[in-house]
Amino acid sequence: MLIIKNLKASIGGKSILKGITLEVKPGEIHAIMGPNGSGKSTLAAVLAGREFVEVNEGTVLYQGKNLLGMAAEDRAKEGIFLGFQYPIEIPGVSMVNFMKTAVNEHRKHKGLDPLSASDFLKMMREKKEMVEIDSKLANRSVNEGFSGGEKKKNEIFQMAMLEPSLAILDETDSGLDIDALRVVANGVNKLKRSDNSFIVITHYQRLLDYIVPDVVHVLYDGRIVKTAGKELALELEEKGYDWIKREVENNVIA
Amino acid sequence: MEKDQDKILSDVTSGEYKYGFYSDIEMDRIPKGLSEEVVRIISSMKNEPEWLLESRLKAYRHWLTMKMPSWPNLKIPHIDYQEIIFYAAPKKRPLLNSIDDIDPELKRTFDKLGIPLEEQKHLAGVAVDAVIDSVSVKTTFRETLAEMGIIFCSFSDAVKEYPDLVKRYMGSVVPYTDNFFAALNSAVFSDGSFCYIPKGVRCPMELSTYFRINSANTGQFERTLLVADEESYVSYLEGCTAPSRDENQLHAAIVEIIVEKNAEVKYSTVQNWYPGNKEGKGGIFNFVTKRGICKGENSKISWTQIETGSAITWKYPSCILRGDNSIGEFYSVAVTNNHQQADTGTKMIHIGKNTKSTIVSKGISAGKGQNSYRGLVKVLKNAAFARSFSQCDSLLLGDKCGAHTFPYLEVDNQTAIVEHEATTSKIGEDQIFYCNQRGIATEDAIGLIVNGYAREVINKLPMEFAVEAQKLLQISLEGSVG
Amino acid sequence: MNGKSEITEKYLALFKENIDRISAISSPYINSFREAAYEKFSELGIPTKKNEEYKYTNLNIFFDHDYKNYFIPEEADFVKAEEFRCDVTDLDTHGIVLLNGFYPTINEKLRQLPSGVWIGSLNEAAAKFPALLEKHYGKYAKSETDGLIHLNTAMASDGVFVYVPEGVTLSKPVQVVNLVQSDEDMFNQHRNLIIVEKNAEFSIIICDHTLSPKKFLTNAVTEVFVGENAHFDLIRVQNEHNAACKITHTFIHQEKNSVASSNNMTLHGGLIRNSTYHYLGGEGAESNSYGLFLADKWQHVDNFVNVDHAFPKCTSNQLFKGVLDDMSTGAFNGRILVRPDAQGTLAYQKNNNILLTDDAKMDTKPQLEIYADDVKCSHGATIGQLDGEALFYLQSRGINKREARLMLMFGFAHEVIQNIKIEALRERMDNLVMQRLKGELSRCASCMVKCG
Repeated sequence: MLIIKNLKASIGGKSILKGITLEVKPGEIHAIMGPNGSGKSTLAAVLAGREFVEVNEGTVLYQGKNLLGMAAEDRAKEGIFLGFQYPIEIPGVSMVNFMKTAVNEHRKHKGLDPLSASDFLKMMREKKEMVEIDSKLANRSVNEGFSGGEKKKNEIFQMAMLEPSLAILDETDSGLDIDALRVVANGVNKLKRSDNSFIVITHYQRLLDYIVPDVVHVLYDGRIVKTAGKELALELEEKGYDWIKREVENNVIA
Repeated sequence: MEKDQDKILSDVTSGEYKYGFYSDIEMDRIPKGLSEEVVRIISSMKNEPEWLLESRLKAYRHWLTMKMPSWPNLKIPHIDYQEIIFYAAPKKRPLLNSIDDIDPELKRTFDKLGIPLEEQKHLAGVAVDAVIDSVSVKTTFRETLAEMGIIFCSFSDAVKEYPDLVKRYMGSVVPYTDNFFAALNSAVFSDGSFCYIPKGVRCPMELSTYFRINSANTGQFERTLLVADEESYVSYLEGCTAPSRDENQLHAAIVEIIVEKNAEVKYSTVQNWYPGNKEGKGGIFNFVTKRGICKGENSKISWTQIETGSAITWKYPSCILRGDNSIGEFYSVAVTNNHQQADTGTKMIHIGKNTKSTIVSKGISAGKGQNSYRGLVKVLKNAAFARSFSQCDSLLLGDKCGAHTFPYLEVDNQTAIVEHEATTSKIGEDQIFYCNQRGIATEDAIGLIVNGYAREVINKLPMEFAVEAQKLLQISLEGSVG
Repeated sequence: MNGKSEITEKYLALFKENIDRISAISSPYINSFREAAYEKFSELGIPTKKNEEYKYTNLNIFFDHDYKNYFIPEEADFVKAEEFRCDVTDLDTHGIVLLNGFYPTINEKLRQLPSGVWIGSLNEAAAKFPALLEKHYGKYAKSETDGLIHLNTAMASDGVFVYVPEGVTLSKPVQVVNLVQSDEDMFNQHRNLIIVEKNAEFSIIICDHTLSPKKFLTNAVTEVFVGENAHFDLIRVQNEHNAACKITHTFIHQEKNSVASSNNMTLHGGLIRNSTYHYLGGEGAESNSYGLFLADKWQHVDNFVNVDHAFPKCTSNQLFKGVLDDMSTGAFNGRILVRPDAQGTLAYQKNNNILLTDDAKMDTKPQLEIYADDVKCSHGATIGQLDGEALFYLQSRGINKREARLMLMFGFAHEVIQNIKIEALRERMDNLVMQRLKGELSRCASCMVKCG
C-alpha cells in the first residue's frame, strides 16, 4: 500500500523529518506516536501534499505510484484521506455541496457517472447513521461554528463518504471527550477492511484502547526510533516519552 | 514581580499626578510670540550655521500658509501662538558635560523625577539625554558610547559636531511641509537628541531622552533624530513630565528614524505630560509627528507607546516600509481619564516586497475621556506579499467617556493580506465581581484587569520601564470608578 | 470651503433654470422643501474626495458632463419601457415600473391592494395623503455633509410611494423596477417614500436596469419609516451598464422593537455608490445592513453605511463583501455611532474583500464611534485573497484547484446572499453569482443593453 524510504523534509529551511522508512500493507493499522514536535504532523502533511513542506530526499510509493509527484487533489482521488488535526472552517460553503463535489470528483476519477441528487442524499444519510453524526451538521457550512468534537466527527464522516484506501488521521483524538472519541474509533473500525489501511497519529495511548493497531512506531526528532506491536503503546503510556528520549540519547553515546 | 504588584496597589491609593511640581531655576527666556525675528533669535542664541537658519525660515514661511488640521476627533481650544514663549533655557549650561557645572536646583529636579544625572547613580545600562524646556542639559555615558562609535548627544551639539550627518538626515523622513505642527517645529525647534549607531554595532545600553517642561507659558519643540546604520541595533526610550498648571502648554515635537539594511530600532515612549486637573483645566497639548523609514532590506522599526498624560494627544508614530522584507510594528496603550482627549494611531506604508506590519492598540477611556484610534495601512502597487494585521481594542470605564476607531485600509496589490479587527466593550463586571469575591477592592480590581488588558503592549517595553508603565496606568485611572 | 466648484455652480444654475417647470408638475408640499434644499446644496456642493465620506470615490467624471436633464415624463417613453421583463421567473410580486424616475402615466397612479396597502406615485400621494407626507416626507433624509441629498430634495418630483397601515402584513413583496432609457446621455433624480406602520410587515425589491447604451447619472433618495414592532426588508439588485452611474441614499428610520434589513446586491454598473443610513430610534430595534458586489473592468463600487444607535438595547449587524476583478476599484465606509445613554448596544460590522488581479484596488474604512459604556461592538475588515488553508482542505478531498477556488468564492458571496429571505430571489442570486464566477455568464449577459 505505502512504502516510505529514507524520507527527509524541511519547513522554511528547518529540517523536520530526518530519514523516515516505513511500510504499510493493505489491511493494516499503524499507529505513529511521539512527543510534541517530533514531526508527526509534518509526516501527515507530506503524505497529503501540503506545499509548505519541502521534501529534500527519499521516496514515497503509494500503490506502486510515486506519490510525491502528485497534486493534493490527485492523491485524494487515488484514495488518500487526511483527517485534519485542525479542520478548516469554510463559511458559506454547505457540507452538502462540498461533499457532493468531492464524491463526484472521486467518481469521475474512477470513470463513474456523477450520483443523482437523490442517490447522493441517500448516501449521506447512510453514512451519517454509520458514523453516528448529528444530521443537522450536514446542513451547515463546512465546519463553521462546529465544536471541536463536531469537527473531528465531521472528518470521520467525510472519510466514510470518500472511502479511502489509506486514511491518515492526524491527532484526530486530541481534545475529544470520551463519547466523541468512541464515535471516532467506531467509525474507523466500521470502515476497516482487508484492502484498506490506516495511519493513526496520536500523542496519547488512549485512542488505541479503541482502535487496535497492528504496528506501533515511535517518532522522535524526525526519525522512527522504535517499532513494535501494540504492546509498545502500553509501555509508552506507563513509562512516558522520557524513557524513549533517554534510550535514544544512550544509543547515540553508545 | 509579586512585590512590584503590591507596590503598584499601594501607589494607587495615593495616586495623584506626582510630577506636578515646579523648580525655581534661573532661566533665559525670550519674549513671547512668534515672528521671523523670533526664529532668527532662536537660531542666533544657538549659534547656528546659516543653512539651518535658512531651513527654519523656509519652514516658518510655509507654516504661515497652513491651517490647524481639523480632521482629528478632538476638540482643541484656540491656540494663540503670540502668547507662547518659544525659547527658555536654564542660565548656567554646563560645559563639556561636567556634572559640577549644573545648577544644583536642576540636579535636584531630575533627582526628584527619578532621573539622576550622575552616571554612577543611574540605572545601570541606560544612557540619558535630559532636556528641560528648550535645551538639553546633560547627556550621560556619552564617552562610553563614543568608544563604540555610537554618537548620542543633544541635537544642538550634533549640529555643531556632526553637521554633515544632521544635514543629510534631518527632514528626510518628516519634511517641514508634512503638516502644520511639523512646519512649526521645523521653524522653532530648540533642542532634542541625536543618535547614530554605526554599521554592525549593537548598542549595549538603552538610550533615553527625558523631556521636562518647567517654565510657564513656554512651548517645547524638540527634535529627535535617530540613525541606525546597516546591521545595527538600538533600543531607545523617551519619558516626559511637566508641572501642574491651569494654562495649557504646547509640546510639538518631531522624531525621525532612519533604519538601514538589517538594522533594527525599538522606540518606546512613556508619555506622562501633565493631563490637566479633574475639571479639565490645564494640561499639555501634545502634538507630535513621529515617523521612521525602513530604508534597507530586512530592517525593522518597532514603536511602543504608553500614553497616559497630556490634555490632548495627537500623534501617529509611523513606518515607511521601503526595504524588501522590512517590518513595522506599533504597540500602543492610550489612557484618557477626566477630560483628556487622545487621537492616536499609526501609519504603515508598505512599499517594499514581503513587508510586514503589526498594529496592536489598546485604548482605555474613563471619566469624560475621549480616545480615538486612527490608523492607515497602505499597500502600494509593487508591495507584493505584504502582510498587515491590526488589532484595536477599546475598554470603557464609565458612561461619560468615548472610544472610537478609525482604521483606513488601502490595498493596491493582489498578493497582499490586510486584516483589521477591533472590539469595544465595557470592563467586565463579572471579572470585577470575581476579584471582589476574592477580597480585592473594586479600584484595585480595575487596576489588575486594566494591566492585564494592556500586558501585551507593556511587555514590549524594556524591563525597567514596564514596571513604571504599570504604575502609571493605575494612577491615571485613579477615581475613574464612581 | 472658499468658493464653489464649477461643477456645483453648474447644478445650481440647472436648478434656477428649471425650478418653475419642475414645480409646475409637482405637488405643493414637495415644492415647499425646494428653496431650503437649494440653499443647503449650495453650501455643501457636489462631494469631492476631500469629503471624508467620499474619500475613495471620484464623482467628477459623471457630474462634469452635459446631460439631457429629464424633468418631465413623456407618454411615448413608457410604451418602450413596457418591453422590459423581469427574468427572475418564480418571483411572485406586486410590480411597479419606474421610468427615468417617474411613475408611469399610463397606469393608475395610486392603487390600493386588497390588504389595504397603498402603492403608487409619490407625487400623486402628496396630493391624496397630505397628512402622511407632512409626517414623514423630508424628515429622515437629512445630512450636514452630503450635498447630493439636498440636490435631490431640491429637484426630484416623483418616485415610489408605499403605505402599509398598522398591523398589515403584505405577504407578497413589492418589486420596483427602475428603468433608465434615453437616446441621449441623461441625468435623473427620483425620490421614494415608504411608510410601514406599527406592527406591519413589508418587503420591497428594487431592481436597477439601464435600457439604452448612453451615459446615465441617477441620484436617488429613499426614505423609510418603520413603526414600532414592524418588520421591513429592502433588497436592491443593481444591474446597469458600464456607462451608468447610480447613486442611492437610503434612510431607514426605526421605532421601538422594529426589525429592518437592507441588502445591496451590486452585479453591474459603471460607478455605484450606495449610502445606507440606519437610525435606531427606539429601544429594542434591530437593523441589518448587507451588501455584495462583483466588479470587473473599470467599475467602481462604493458602499457607505451609517448606523446610528440613538436608543438603548438596540442591535445592528453589517456585512459587506466585494470581489474585485480586472481594473475595478471598490470602497467601503461603514460607521457605527453609539450615542451617550444608548446602553446595552450590540453592534457588529464585517467587511471582507477579495482582489483577483494586481490592477484591482480596494479601500476600506470601518469606524466605531462609541459614547456609551455598556456596549459590545466589534468590527473586522480584510482585504486579501482566498484562504490558502481552506483551498488545501478542499483539494485534500479530491476537488481540483479551479473548482475549489470557485467553491470558496461562491461561499464567500453566499454568506451575504443567504440573508435574502425571498427564496426565488436568493436562488436567482446564487445562480447569477455562480455563473458569473464560472465565467459561463458573459459579463454583460444579464444586461438589457446589447451594446456588444
